[in-house]
Amino acid sequence: MALLKVKFDLKKRVKLAQGLWLMYWFAVMAGVLVFSMGLFFKIELRKRSEIMDNNESHFVPNLLIAMGLLACGLNIFGGKICYDSLDPTKFAKWKSVVKPFLITCFIFNVLLFITALLCFSLRLALQFTLAEGLKNSMKFYKDTDTPGRCFMKKTLDMMQMEFRCCGNNNYRDWFEIQWVSNRYLDFSAKQVKDRIHSNVDGQYLMDGVPFSCCNPSSPRPCIQYQMTNNSAHYSYDHYTEELNIWKRGCRDALVSYYGGLMNTIGALVLLVTVLEVGVMVGLQYVNTSLATLVNPEDPESESEGWLLEKSVKETFTTIMGKMKAMGKSNQIEEGGAEQPAATAS
Amino acid sequence: MAVLKVKFTKNKRDKLAQVLWVLNWVSVVTGIILFSLGLFLKVEINKQREVMSDRDIHSVPNMLIAVGLIACGINFLGGKICYDCVDTTKFQRWKLLMLPYIICTFFFTFCILVGALMCYTMRNELEESLDQGLRDAMRYYKDTDMPGRCFLKRTLDMLQIQFQCCGNGGFRDWFHIQWVSNRYLDMSRKEVVDRLRSNVEGKYLMDAVPFSCCSVYSPRPCIQHQITNNSAHFNYDHQTEELNLWRKGCREALLEYYTQIMQSIGLTVLIIWLFEISVLTGVRYLQTAMENVLRQGDPDCESDGWLLENSLVETARSNFNIIKNLGKCNQIDTANNGDPNIDVPSTAHYGPDNVPPKQIPMVN
Repeated sequence: MALLKVKFDLKKRVKLAQGLWLMYWFAVMAGVLVFSMGLFFKIELRKRSEIMDNNESHFVPNLLIAMGLLACGLNIFGGKICYDSLDPTKFAKWKSVVKPFLITCFIFNVLLFITALLCFSLRLALQFTLAEGLKNSMKFYKDTDTPGRCFMKKTLDMMQMEFRCCGNNNYRDWFEIQWVSNRYLDFSAKQVKDRIHSNVDGQYLMDGVPFSCCNPSSPRPCIQYQMTNNSAHYSYDHYTEELNIWKRGCRDALVSYYGGLMNTIGALVLLVTVLEVGVMVGLQYVNTSLATLVNPEDPESESEGWLLEKSVKETFTTIMGKMKAMGKSNQIEEGGAEQPAATAS
Repeated sequence: MAVLKVKFTKNKRDKLAQVLWVLNWVSVVTGIILFSLGLFLKVEINKQREVMSDRDIHSVPNMLIAVGLIACGINFLGGKICYDCVDTTKFQRWKLLMLPYIICTFFFTFCILVGALMCYTMRNELEESLDQGLRDAMRYYKDTDMPGRCFLKRTLDMLQIQFQCCGNGGFRDWFHIQWVSNRYLDMSRKEVVDRLRSNVEGKYLMDAVPFSCCSVYSPRPCIQHQITNNSAHFNYDHQTEELNLWRKGCREALLEYYTQIMQSIGLTVLIIWLFEISVLTGVRYLQTAMENVLRQGDPDCESDGWLLENSLVETARSNFNIIKNLGKCNQIDTANNGDPNIDVPSTAHYGPDNVPPKQIPMVN
């Protein structure tokens, strides 16, 4: 028994075909949107590639770009079919193409749905990439005279100001690395020597942060150095001081930013998937209603349209049977292959 | 003799009316653009209002907003007139309104030109406003616990970060003001007390700048304090150090930003003005051509259209005479000794009894 059967007269068929044609053009626009989002996301990832250890995965944006382009192509083709379905004589040339096209559309919709899910699940991978990348970037912050790393300081400073964050997990990360180049340290000063000797790795560590960690909303001038030393500053307690520097870590800030971006993209891709499924269902109805005309000679005769010719279970069984048969035909007949070998011996 | 006379057939007139109808609708859109540009400029100026003194710098955006709205109205009406000009009978009802409409539109296009020129001449007012405003804002930078001024520190820091600038004219401006609140100064320390006493006005001055003056392009950690003291920092010379702080003053940075915006707006407004002039010219041709059709009485006949009925000099003279006559009508006839009431008999009425009041005796 056919699934979701609907009766169609000429007027209904024409209305459906016209509506679908319009929907297909909307779907083309949706394809352009998916492509644009993929491109935008790729650019956003590229912008911060220096703090992602150049290890960021471009699989999702590339997939979005591909799906967007594919959506445009498929929907233009679908629109053409719908436009021609208004005239049964013109539609005749598409008859053999519609079924493979619908199967392609179904596979495409599954892929689109997977893409949407990937957008939601990329957050975790990004978190690890950022954690590693930021750690390395901070390590190279001081190397402003090393080729290939000379812009790392600028990149990190700009990022900390833009995203209102400090360090990897928080501002204390700066206390654990040497972020001042030896070039600007006076090794004749006892204080500098002592500090370097007191460290196992010979690093010049201090409880200070770069200026880009300073919060403009602080009511007092920024305290960047000797941050944990309350007696070094008047009317200051580093435990209760909330506004002096950004408390949030940059990994958290960036993951929030990219997470928000990907959730938005994911939601939009899901909406596009719903639209694509809608037009695919519509095209199936157009196809079946034109194939089941009571009188094929009379275009004005009534017809029936459906989603599936049989029930879901039966359709699934049929498809599985076909796939099995295809598998069998691809197998080499073992008997036929062994006989020549036997005669040879 | 008429200026720029053109012959119009019925077909040409209809085509002109249709084209003008479309152009008037395009002009409505340009009116919306003018309004939007004015609004955008107003918003941009308002964004930095805390660092601007209250001078008349809103005259340009207000002018653009007003001109934009008027443009929409005038061109909407113009579109209606042009649409009706295809039909001679419909044109009859607009006939009286056409000349005043053209005169109004002429003055309005002149206003657009004034608006465009104002965009280019606003720079000086803006510079003075920014100079005064930034000076005051910097003075109040430290007053973070004073109502009404508590966000000025944040505003200035954000401004210096965003526009990559420092101070009013340059970073040295911070050396001449106390930008650290007394609340965060340890008055028990000799160094602080000495510094306060050494200043006539009792200000705590230092050769230092806020963190927002630091340049991200500097290869070394930012030097904010004791900027002019080379011996306080290793491998440092404040005279040759170029990248440590932003060199540009915020007045210059903001002025550049606003000038760029206003020059772009000015150019757009000039283009719109040229467009409005061309539409006005078209409407004038249509009006004169249609009036000549009405004079001839045949809607399908050829007619002449022109910009001015007489030459420029004659038109100017006749307009001048009209203005003179208008002036004469408003004058009071003061021929007789300059007293307009000379021939008027005075019949005084002294209340219901008609008895004159007693004279007040004068004391010599």
